Amino acid sequence: MELIVNNIELIAFYLFAGIATAAALAVITVRNPVYAVLFLVLTFFSTACVWLLARAEFLAIVLVLVYVGAVMVLFLFVVMMLDVRTDKVREGFIRFLPVGVLVATAMLVQMIMMIGVQRLATLPLPAEVPEGYSSTEAVGMALFTDYILPFEIAALILTVAIIAAIALTLRRRPGTKHQDVGDQVRVDPASRLRMVSMRSEGKPGGKP
Amino acid sequence: MIFAHADLNLILPELVLVTGTLALLLFDLFARQNGRWMTHILAILLLVLAAASVLAQGMGLTASGWSGVYERDVLSAVLKLAIYGVSALCLLYARPYLADRRLWSGEFYLLVLFSVTGMSILVSAGSLVTVYLGLELMALSTYALVALDRDNRKASEAAIKYFVLGALASGILLYGLSMLYGASGTLDLGEIALALGGSQPTEPLMAFGLAFIIVGIAFKLGAAPFHMWLPDVYEGSPTAVTTFIGSAPKLAAFGMAWRLLDTSLGGLSEQWGDMLALLALASLAVGNLAALVQTNLKRMLAYSTVSHVGFLLLGLLHGGANGYAAALFYAIVYALMSAGAFGMILWLAREGFEAEEIDDFKGLNQRSPWAAFIMLLLMASLAGIPPLVGFFGKLVVLQAVIESGRLWLAIAAVIFAVIGAYYYLRVIKVMYFDQSTDERLIPATDTGLRIGLSANGLAQLGLGLFAGPLLAWCVRAFL
Repeated sequence: MELIVNNIELIAFYLFAGIATAAALAVITVRNPVYAVLFLVLTFFSTACVWLLARAEFLAIVLVLVYVGAVMVLFLFVVMMLDVRTDKVREGFIRFLPVGVLVATAMLVQMIMMIGVQRLATLPLPAEVPEGYSSTEAVGMALFTDYILPFEIAALILTVAIIAAIALTLRRRPGTKHQDVGDQVRVDPASRLRMVSMRSEGKPGGKP
Repeated sequence: MIFAHADLNLILPELVLVTGTLALLLFDLFARQNGRWMTHILAILLLVLAAASVLAQGMGLTASGWSGVYERDVLSAVLKLAIYGVSALCLLYARPYLADRRLWSGEFYLLVLFSVTGMSILVSAGSLVTVYLGLELMALSTYALVALDRDNRKASEAAIKYFVLGALASGILLYGLSMLYGASGTLDLGEIALALGGSQPTEPLMAFGLAFIIVGIAFKLGAAPFHMWLPDVYEGSPTAVTTFIGSAPKLAAFGMAWRLLDTSLGGLSEQWGDMLALLALASLAVGNLAALVQTNLKRMLAYSTVSHVGFLLLGLLHGGANGYAAALFYAIVYALMSAGAFGMILWLAREGFEAEEIDDFKGLNQRSPWAAFIMLLLMASLAGIPPLVGFFGKLVVLQAVIESGRLWLAIAAVIFAVIGAYYYLRVIKVMYFDQSTDERLIPATDTGLRIGLSANGLAQLGLGLFAGPLLAWCVRAFL
């Protein structure tokens, strides 16, 4: 029992990391694309938990809010709208699997050998933070002082994205029916209502 | 950091560009088709104004600001002036072509200007963050530019290829940058060099990061074997866009390569020197040999770009001030030549006729001796024939290579340059000695384009005869 209590952080890490890895595997193996997206959500969520353990609360919350909350929901919409034919996409999956596995293994072994996982283990853990320390505040301070210029450049990139998206998708087709508020306001009764003068008829059922 | 006036003064050219571009965005919205002339003129004026603001800051100004993320030095000033100048030429050349194809929209100008802003930031980067953001601002705008002709299947295909491979290259570069950060613990380019000063050059994380960064740079420059996207993108894009993406971004990529390789990884110059030597050799071989068999001029020029990137890398790999100056000189000269060569295609193109086959230039001399003469100057300069400036570019690079003791590399470069001369001379032969088959082959009459291209062609001769001042500035950039 004491062992568990002392190593609770380590246990939690392996739990979340394990779920993240398993969910990531599921993303690329499940047949249904909607399930794949949902598993990706699980992957992000577990990763956010790992980040929490590393005392990066702000990043963890942003990951959940931005990726899970916004990006993945959008993804889900797109997947549902596109009606992806999985059988077509999967053609040749088994045929290319051996090559893929070979390349992936070779890369993994190389990176483990070169980068040296053991050396990483000697790096110090993040320092214990003082009471009342807020990583949100720290990120905000860094972002709006030292990194204000890169922050503004990122804003420019978003502007370009908007301009590009509109330039590439907006089509002005002549003859489409759309509202013109100006026309609607300017309308004059004469053009909508035609007054016809008619001889009055007698009351129905009355004397002629 | 306290927000200081000095910091604002540092980014004056970018401030001018961004403010002007955003104002132009609003202006164009109301100007519509009748006022597009104004957009055209204002966009070119804006680039001139940005260049003037670089000069107003003083060429010799050397300072670092915004907590070290922005670096202003002679190199960035020289590169910015070249980028603004070449981009302005591209805008000048592009107008008639775009107008003929119903692509003459405000977005073209806006995206080019945003891309130029990205390049401007990239060559002034003082930190890994600025490098990446500047690169993305530049690249994202160019992806959209290629896709602007959205009903054209070839252009859409080119845009997808460009986007996917460009994103892959950015990812690889970013991976390398993250390893660099992991190994040094800082984002500041100068501090990375300090942090790595004491460590062994064979530190695995560094070696990995370096390899990834070199691959990323090679992708962006278009060096073989990472050049696969280049011919398809150059051929598929509207020629007006090819003119732009084939010239100015090479200057920015050179600036990025120097900042990453020398400022932060200068201690590993022996390692990356050899890597670049291989890339340069491969680029020279692939570029020159593949260009020999092309019949499409745009494709031929794309392969010639690969070979010129090889030369640029030859200057860079030397790892000393002389080599860098040679590479900078080569980059500027190449950007001018490339803009001019693609500009010639724009000059001959008209509605429903692209003029992108080499055969389209048959007998140009009979129809328009002046256009043929300008093309002659540009082609001869690309081939490296004295006294044109292309020759001096090759000369200074070869000098630097021989100085660095890699004589075999210089010999290989000369052999490939001689092989390469064949396909440039073929264009000249076609223009002067073949009979014209196509009566439509009369250059466009747009005044701006004619004056710009004539100046561009004559500059090959002028800069060749008076290369001194430009070369002197290139040398000063690395003092």
